[in-house]
Amino acid sequence: MEAFLHQVFSGLATGGVYASLALALVMIYQSTNHINFAQGEMAMFSTYLAWAMIHAGLPYWWAFALTVAVSFVAGVAIERVIIRPVESAPVLSVVTVFIALLVIFNSVAGWIYSYTIKTFPSPFPEQPLFGNRFISSHELGVIGVTLVMLAVLYAFFRFTPLGLAMRAAAQNAASARLAGIRVGWMLALGWGLAAAVGAVAGMLIAPLVYLEPNMMSGVLLYAFAAALVGGIDNPFGAVLGGFLVGVLENVIGAYVIGTELKLTVALVLIVGVLLVRPTGLFGRVFVTRV
Amino acid sequence: MAALLEVEGLSAGYNNLENVLHDVSFSVERGGITAILGANGAGKTTLLRAVSGMLRRRGSVRFDGRPIEKSAVEDIARVGVAHVPDGRGTFLELTTEENLRVGAYARRDRRGAALDMERMFGYFPRLKERRRQQAGTLSGGEQQMLAISRALMMRPRLLLLDEPSFGLAPLVVQDIFRIMRGVNAEQGVSVLLVEQNAGLALDLADRAYVLETGRVVLSGPAAEVGADENVRRAYLGF
Repeated sequence: MEAFLHQVFSGLATGGVYASLALALVMIYQSTNHINFAQGEMAMFSTYLAWAMIHAGLPYWWAFALTVAVSFVAGVAIERVIIRPVESAPVLSVVTVFIALLVIFNSVAGWIYSYTIKTFPSPFPEQPLFGNRFISSHELGVIGVTLVMLAVLYAFFRFTPLGLAMRAAAQNAASARLAGIRVGWMLALGWGLAAAVGAVAGMLIAPLVYLEPNMMSGVLLYAFAAALVGGIDNPFGAVLGGFLVGVLENVIGAYVIGTELKLTVALVLIVGVLLVRPTGLFGRVFVTRV
Repeated sequence: MAALLEVEGLSAGYNNLENVLHDVSFSVERGGITAILGANGAGKTTLLRAVSGMLRRRGSVRFDGRPIEKSAVEDIARVGVAHVPDGRGTFLELTTEENLRVGAYARRDRRGAALDMERMFGYFPRLKERRRQQAGTLSGGEQQMLAISRALMMRPRLLLLDEPSFGLAPLVVQDIFRIMRGVNAEQGVSVLLVEQNAGLALDLADRAYVLETGRVVLSGPAAEVGADENVRRAYLGF
């Protein structure tokens, strides 16, 4: 029982990371109907930036905050400079651009920081908190940071005029323009937020999977699975999907198929959802009257 | 003083710059209501889109004396032109209230916007009842009320209305036109109205233009246009 609970809790921790990355995917999907395949590599690159800052002697949380800020700006810049010109291009061209970004980030990271695996520090104590036996401090910290970030994002989109404008721009760009909303900038902001959220996810998962240019490839697959399970156009679904996938991965990995086959869980989920329920478990029941 | 909106030699279309509107000229007086009449496919919707910048266009469009024919949609909206588009432009997944707040997005005066929202709920009590409801669940008439209210939340000086009577029950249409008349008289909002229902439009407007296959074929004070033999036969049904 104790071991089972431990699997569940550590599943929730990695699930929080999947949830964050899935949310980043959904944010961009909602406004552009594109899946940013480079989201994971962008997060990986952000994590390298954090690593470099920490190595240069910056305290962990300073490096954390600075990385989030730099990633946000970089996300905005990528949208403006690289994605904007292909805005109205056919889907395949856009996918090609995303794949190119993925490859570029991957090889540039390898070129600058080398492909050797590095350890990435955790800001949380090594001893489990309160002497509990179910969950390490880092895992608890990951869950905490994820929940805080999700709450902040929710409040931003729900209660601020800018958040509302971003939602409006994503839903109906033409109508948003007519209300004076600068839709182009809203898209860029969305990219910035997605990059910042990805950066947090990268920094949280790095102590567990270790830092190397391919560290996010598995995580991105789980995030895809999470987004699809939850419903690709539903941010709440993506978050719930993330936690669900994290727990399933751990429990099924530990008790059913063994850790070597864990990644198949994600693939089976992706294929299963697409076959059985393409809108996802929490796919918005969207009512319209014509 | 010059008219609020002066359009001269406007040509516009989709893909090809000239394939819908040809050399159209018209104006909307300050505080006035101008109606554009025409059959399906005459170019009425295209004309509004060309004014608000949704389409590429050629010719001169001056708003309050300033040229806006090169401006982007967002900027035209921000100088005070509110376009209630064809299809109503509802943000289906936002609530009624959020839709109205989107209308007020470009405004700086938070308090004025809050007062205006109450004013909209005064005009259309149905919207108040539905304020927390997802806008996609509203009826056609309610969505039209919402679209007009959202546009008025921008505190526009010129309102572009695309077929506000389209697909609505006669009672709802009467309601909407009564409120438009009130907004025009009390707030001094000028209106450029595009309508297939010529009787309603001529009743509300002070100036009217008749559009046929992208060209203005008749223009003048609404009463004169309404008295024209051809207009009576073609658009008023007698």
